[in-house]
Amino acid sequence: MPLAVCFLAGVFGLVQYFSPHPMVVSTYSTLLDWVQIIFAFTLIVGVLSVFQMHFKRISRRERFWGFSIITLMAIVVMAVAGFAGGTDSGSVFVWMFDNMQVPMQSTVFALLAFFVASAAYRGFRLRNVEAGILLATALVIMLGRIPVGELIGDFVPASAEWILNVPSMAAKRAVLIGIGLGSITTALRVILGIERSYLGRN
Amino acid sequence: MRAFWLLLFCVISALFCPVASAEFTAIDTPSDGGGSVTLCWSAYDFVGSSAADTLTIYRRNVGSIAWKLIAVAALSDESHLDDSVADGKPYEYMIVARGGDSSSNLYAGPVSASAQWYNAHRTTVLIGTLVCVLTLVAVTLLSRRNKPFYIRPIKGLEAVDEAVGRATEMGKPVLFTPGWGGDIQRPTTIAALNILRYVAAKTAEYRCDLYFPTHDPVIMAAAEEVVRESYIEQGQADMYNADNVFYTSSSQLGYAAAVDGVVSRYKPAAIFLLGTFEGEALILAETGNSVGAMQVAGTDSTIQLSFFMVACDFTLIGEELFAASGYLTKDAKILSSVKVQDFLKIAIVALLFAGAIMVTFGSNTLAEWIGRT
Repeated sequence: MPLAVCFLAGVFGLVQYFSPHPMVVSTYSTLLDWVQIIFAFTLIVGVLSVFQMHFKRISRRERFWGFSIITLMAIVVMAVAGFAGGTDSGSVFVWMFDNMQVPMQSTVFALLAFFVASAAYRGFRLRNVEAGILLATALVIMLGRIPVGELIGDFVPASAEWILNVPSMAAKRAVLIGIGLGSITTALRVILGIERSYLGRN
Repeated sequence: MRAFWLLLFCVISALFCPVASAEFTAIDTPSDGGGSVTLCWSAYDFVGSSAADTLTIYRRNVGSIAWKLIAVAALSDESHLDDSVADGKPYEYMIVARGGDSSSNLYAGPVSASAQWYNAHRTTVLIGTLVCVLTLVAVTLLSRRNKPFYIRPIKGLEAVDEAVGRATEMGKPVLFTPGWGGDIQRPTTIAALNILRYVAAKTAEYRCDLYFPTHDPVIMAAAEEVVRESYIEQGQADMYNADNVFYTSSSQLGYAAAVDGVVSRYKPAAIFLLGTFEGEALILAETGNSVGAMQVAGTDSTIQLSFFMVACDFTLIGEELFAASGYLTKDAKILSSVKVQDFLKIAIVALLFAGAIMVTFGSNTLAEWIGRT
């Protein structure tokens, strides 16, 4: 049954791309609405799963159970604030979002700057010929992107642009072609029932 | 009898001749969902409009007297799309060109709009799709008669056993996460779940914990099924812990923070970052690197791929991620579909060469035909 549903849904999804008829378009739109509704219900399942998992940790006093208390408190407080006080501008919910969640998200995102630096340090170390080419290329690109590169000479930003537009673009397109073909064959395997691992079966 | 043949001739002429003079035509817009009529005129054949540069377009229902102004177009446009008509209703059109003291009217119609079942603009895509499907079916059928196709060694996939074995020896868990950028509909996520099945079987065999945090509850549900079935197949049903496959947050950075928290606290010895990743890719990879984990990564994002190549021990590039299912299970049918990717790649390269040669000699035919969607 799941394979049949998958086959029919996959074939319809393929066919609708080639048909502009309103009947096909409206059917596809309805199916997409069903996907959103299913996602909303699975979101409830996900939240219940979070509660269940953290309750277990707290009740069994497992490792790091203190973080579970904070997690559950945060979920409950935000939900109560949203339902009770609304989500309009000036509400408690929006205040907590703007003054707690947004700074926390910004903090996590700010880690990226340091992680880029540490990854670049490890990646660009001169270990062999390939790493040397990578290092030289990165140097040209970085100089080409800042005013210092232009001060050195017009050839620096021009070289950076050439590297980005020619060899880098060629490699990127080759990878994209491979990804595209892989996506097509994976999707066809799923639609035709050749691939069943996502159902947990052979 | 003569009247009959004359009538027949008029009917045939009406069927095959344009509905108006050669200068102005109105046709049901082809390959659309209905509700539109396309008007075409020729700027050079417009009689008496030597000083005109704009056209006023009118429309009326058949049988009605009054004309309704619907648009003003430049003479040089030579076409206009009227998308405010009802399907099945006949309309007549008039265009008026005014220049200096003279004006010129042309008429077209009756014409009715209708919806088409097939979009002819996507014929190129249809041909490509049929080529892919037929190639896949043919190669899959052929594979039954021959020995399985050969796939070159893929270091990232060969490292899966090593990574899980390392985690087992160190007494630490394995972490597998499919990234924030995709949902269950993406082939990349399906490919990641295929690899999850194999990894889960290995962790069950080696009696090692497996954590699977995700941002999508649908992926969580699918992963629960995959992991549970893998554990049951290995005879380790009692080892399966449903709490190890959990939903974190739909927010990108909330998900990244949650996974980083799991990595920092539980210190997995092996981390699999396989799926669609966005900006959180390097955050996760560097945190994994900081706890000394062996990391195998793969994604369909070319930008995040470069970060993974720098931060992870093994990276599956491009289609290697999609070849994993066949590579790990050695299933003949799946391996044959991987070979289909190679055959299609050869076809694409041949088209690229042909197109480049044609463009070099001044012909854009192939490029225009392929680009028409």
